[in-house]
This record gives sequence, C-alpha cells and structure tokens, in this order.
Amino acid sequence: MIATNYAIPDFVIFATSTILILVGALGVITLKNPVHAALSLIMTLFGVAVAFVAQSADFLAAAQIIVYAGAIVVLFLFVIMFLGVGYGSKSDVEPLVGQRGFAIAGVVITIGGLIALMASSHWVTGATSVTGPLAKGQGNVKQLGTAVFTTYLYAFEATSLLLVIAVVGAVLLARRERATTREATDETSDEEVGS
Amino acid sequence: MTWLATVDPLFVHGHVSGIDILILLIRLLVGFGALMGAVTMMIWFERKAISDMQSRIGPQRWGPFGILQTLADGLKLFFKEDLIPDQADRFVFKLAPYLALVPAIITFAIIPVGGTIHIAGHAVMLQIANPPIGILLMLAMSGISVYGVMLAGWASGSKYPLISAVRASAQMISYEAALGITIVTVVLITGSLSTHNIVLSQGGEIWHWNVIRLGFVPFIIFWIAITAELNRPPFDVVEAESELVGGFNTEYSSVRFALFYMAEFMNTITMSAMIVTLFFGGPAGWVPPVSHLRWIFPILWFVVKTIIFCFCYVWFRAALPRFRYDQVMDLGWKRLIPLSLGWMLVVAGFIIKPAWGLLMAAAVLFASVVLGRAFVLGRSRETGAESVLPPIGQRPLPGHVLRAFTDKEEVEE
Repeated sequence: MIATNYAIPDFVIFATSTILILVGALGVITLKNPVHAALSLIMTLFGVAVAFVAQSADFLAAAQIIVYAGAIVVLFLFVIMFLGVGYGSKSDVEPLVGQRGFAIAGVVITIGGLIALMASSHWVTGATSVTGPLAKGQGNVKQLGTAVFTTYLYAFEATSLLLVIAVVGAVLLARRERATTREATDETSDEEVGS
Repeated sequence: MTWLATVDPLFVHGHVSGIDILILLIRLLVGFGALMGAVTMMIWFERKAISDMQSRIGPQRWGPFGILQTLADGLKLFFKEDLIPDQADRFVFKLAPYLALVPAIITFAIIPVGGTIHIAGHAVMLQIANPPIGILLMLAMSGISVYGVMLAGWASGSKYPLISAVRASAQMISYEAALGITIVTVVLITGSLSTHNIVLSQGGEIWHWNVIRLGFVPFIIFWIAITAELNRPPFDVVEAESELVGGFNTEYSSVRFALFYMAEFMNTITMSAMIVTLFFGGPAGWVPPVSHLRWIFPILWFVVKTIIFCFCYVWFRAALPRFRYDQVMDLGWKRLIPLSLGWMLVVAGFIIKPAWGLLMAAAVLFASVVLGRAFVLGRSRETGAESVLPPIGQRPLPGHVLRAFTDKEEVEE
C-alpha cells in the first residue's frame, strides 16, 4: 500500500528516514553506554528531520535539528558527562517502586493503540499529508507563523508559560539559597548525598 | 519537482537535463576546491600575520614567503602515526573529527559568493545551494558542530580534554541563543530566510546594508557571538594551553588532528563570509558599466569583504587576552541575550510602525532598568558553598543506599 503512494525517489527517502529512526530508537534502548545511547537518539532525530523534509515541512525539520539535536541532546550528554555514568549495568535497581511494571504497561498500550489506529483508519499510510496543503506562493514559515500566532495563539502562549514555570520551578527546587544575611549556622554541617 | 525551480533557477524549465547536472557538479567542485584552497591560505595568512605582529619571521621555507607551508604541514600530519589512547572510546573517538568538519563544509554551501550568471542559456547561481530554510541551516550546523568538540573531549578518555569539552559545549550553547536572536532581526527586515534573498535585499547603496539598516548593534552582537561559537580568541577558554594542556584535541594526532585544525579554519572563513552575507551586503558593491566585467566584480567585492573579516580574526588572536571562563558566561547570558532580545523587539516595532517602535523602545528601557536592578542585587548576594541550602524533598533513593551503590562500584574497578 505504501509503495503505490510513492514515486521511486520519495520511496527511497522514506525508507532511509525510517531505517534511521528505527535503528536509532533500537540503539537508545539497547546500547549499554549512555553516551552511545544519546548518539543513537541523535540519529533518530535526524531520521525524523529527513521525514519532515520529505513531507515538505522544511521549517519543522530545521527546528528539529536546532532544538533537539543541537540543544536538548547536548544537555543530555552534559549531564551524562558531569555525573560520569560508566558502562556498569544498573538495571537491577528500580529508583521508583513498580517502575518496570508501569513501563511495560505503557509500551503495550502504545503499541496496541498504534496497531488499532493502523487497522481502523487510513491515517498511517506513509502518503504525504493532504489535510492542510501548502498554500500557493506562500512559504512554509509564513504559513506556520500565521497559524501559530492567530488560530493557535492561546495554545502557543500557554505552552511558553508552562516552559517558564518549569524553568523557575527547576531553579527553585534545585537551589535554595539563604537570605543575604546569615542567621543559622548549624544547618551548614548537614551533608546531603547528591546535593 | 516543481519546488526545485523556487530554490534554484537552473531547474526553472521543470525538467532536469544532463547539462543541469553538469553545471551543478562543476559548481559543487569549484565551491569545494575554493574552500579548501582558502583554508590553506588562511592558515598560512594567520601564521604570517601573527608573526609579523609579534616581530617574528614566521613560515618562510617552502614557496615564496613560505606560502606552501600549510601543504608541508598537511603532508607531515598524514605520515605521522595515528594514536588512539588506551582509555578512549574508539568509535566515538574516530567519529568526532568528522562531526567537526562536515558541518563546516555544509555551512559554506549556503553562502552567496556572487550574483546570478548566465552560461549557455542557463541561469547559474554562484552559490552551492539555496534551500528554503536558508539561514536556519547555519544554526542547525553550528548546533551539530558542538558534538564534534564535545565527543572528541569525552571519547579521549582523558581529564583535560573532558573539561575542555564541557566548557566548549556550555559556551557554544550559551552564545547560540544570542546568535539566533540577532539572525531573527536580519530575517525580520528581509522577510525571507534564504541567504540569496537576504543578499538581494541589501543590493544598491551602502545604506541598504543591514549593518546600517539595523543600527550596528545586531552586527556587534553577532560578531561577538560568532567568535565565541568558533572558540577563537578572545573566547578560546576551550583550548587554554595554560590550564588545559591543549584543549579537546590534546589526544588527537595525525590526520584526525588535521581534520580538527581544518575545521577550525574553515569555520573562520565561513563565518567571516556569513557576517558579510548577513550585514555587509554579500557581493553587493560598485559594478563597472562594462558588460563583460559585470559578473566578476560582485565576486571580488565578496572576497575583499571576507578577507577583511578574516584579518580581524587574526588580529584578535594577536591582540586580545583570553577571557576568564566566568566572564565568558557573564557576557553571553547577562549582556548579549538581553541586549539582542531588546533590539529585536525595537526593530520589529519599527518595521510595523514608528509609533510601535518607540513604544517598544520605552518598554525595553523599562525592562533594562529592572534587569540592572537585578544585577545590583545579585552582586550583593552572598555566594559560596555555605549559602546554598539542601534541596527540598527526598531523593528517589535514600542517601545510604546510593552511597553503598557507588562504594561497591569503586571496589569493582
């Protein structure tokens, strides 16, 4: 079904991006070294960017590379390097009780949902989207910008507010400071692991 | 395939013929060759210019004025033994130099070197590629080039390169924000992301150049930020010899070191060209009214402007002392990002209507007063380990479990 919707070059691009995405995703969960896993994640993100380009969503592809590959995975690597996480397998420790059961349930629900979607609708065909065709003579960025800043303005602003709250909350939780004048001195002797 | 015509006038006929492919290939090869040639010249130029500034002789042995010195160095590096440290992560160690070099090459592809010329009835852009995302490609590639430095430092399995890598990635990410925001001002005034259109909109007289249209500040911010992205002096805390031996590439030798070295100089040239493209009209300039010479003058203007900025980089290296690391972070986060944000708002306001621009300027002034107050408060704050309270709440694992865990691992090693 997929092949009939595609010309040959498009199919090659689709296949390439899919292979990149799947191999990268498998690498993230199977590789022992966390840095290698992060590198596989970059490969997946690149695959997604290629898929975006194939769907002529150029801006989204660029944003994908700049934001995810260029900043977020760098921060992942940053944390990995700072903590000096080594090769040692720590899979026998569950930081949250019952984590594994929830994870398995989540995977089953997701895969089941995907299969149900594929079976019941025509959404997952691999064909180029036709729900919102690119207007003639308008750039990708212009159309996207108009949509974000008019139709979806509230959602956009709510998202940015959420991000600000997350940043402020992270700073507050991670780093509490004393007032400028020192009053209590006995607390400084407390030592907390991981602080 | 109709979208190809909007990207490159070669494909305006709707079909791709053999001669189109040939022109494309020639364009690619000439672009690549010119970049490689420019890199060898740039390395020689930097060594020669700095030695002149420091009253030394510099390279002088091979070729007139030692101009072939870089080739000799390249040959030497090719025949040196290729060492991989015992503690290194072999795959990532080998991958990292390419992650540094490839983005440097790709970024050069979007720079317009000249206007559009006609060869045998085909309109040929003097630019390797003109993708619709244009200038975003440069941001994406500078994001990728962080990995080259970061992974090189980590994969070396050595302490100083790791410190250097962490410094480098922190610095490059910090300055990317200011860089992106200043690019937004250029995109706002052009109304297009494509570098071709950015250059076209600056054609004509000198006051159409973005450096004047946008009021100098974005250019200054961009220049500082791009110098920090390049890790060149005065922002070369990444390879501070006195602190870190030689930076992230300490453990590299032979061809892999040559690749890093080439990437650094290629980036210097590309970013000089990028400054010229974004702010100085690219190939814009006076053209003689002789029809046969018309095509060469834009290229000459572009080359001259780029060489001026390349010289400035060499000059920086010879003249400026290195920043301290906390100064680098202060400049990036506390000065450049607020300034570029404020300037972007003012520019956006003036593009809509002068009244809006003045309103924005007032708002930015108010915000900078608040920010200035925050800086003063921050400076009077008590710092140091004792001023930080323990974090709120429980960690997922209690302290003694974590400690037992890490102790066990140390025994295993």
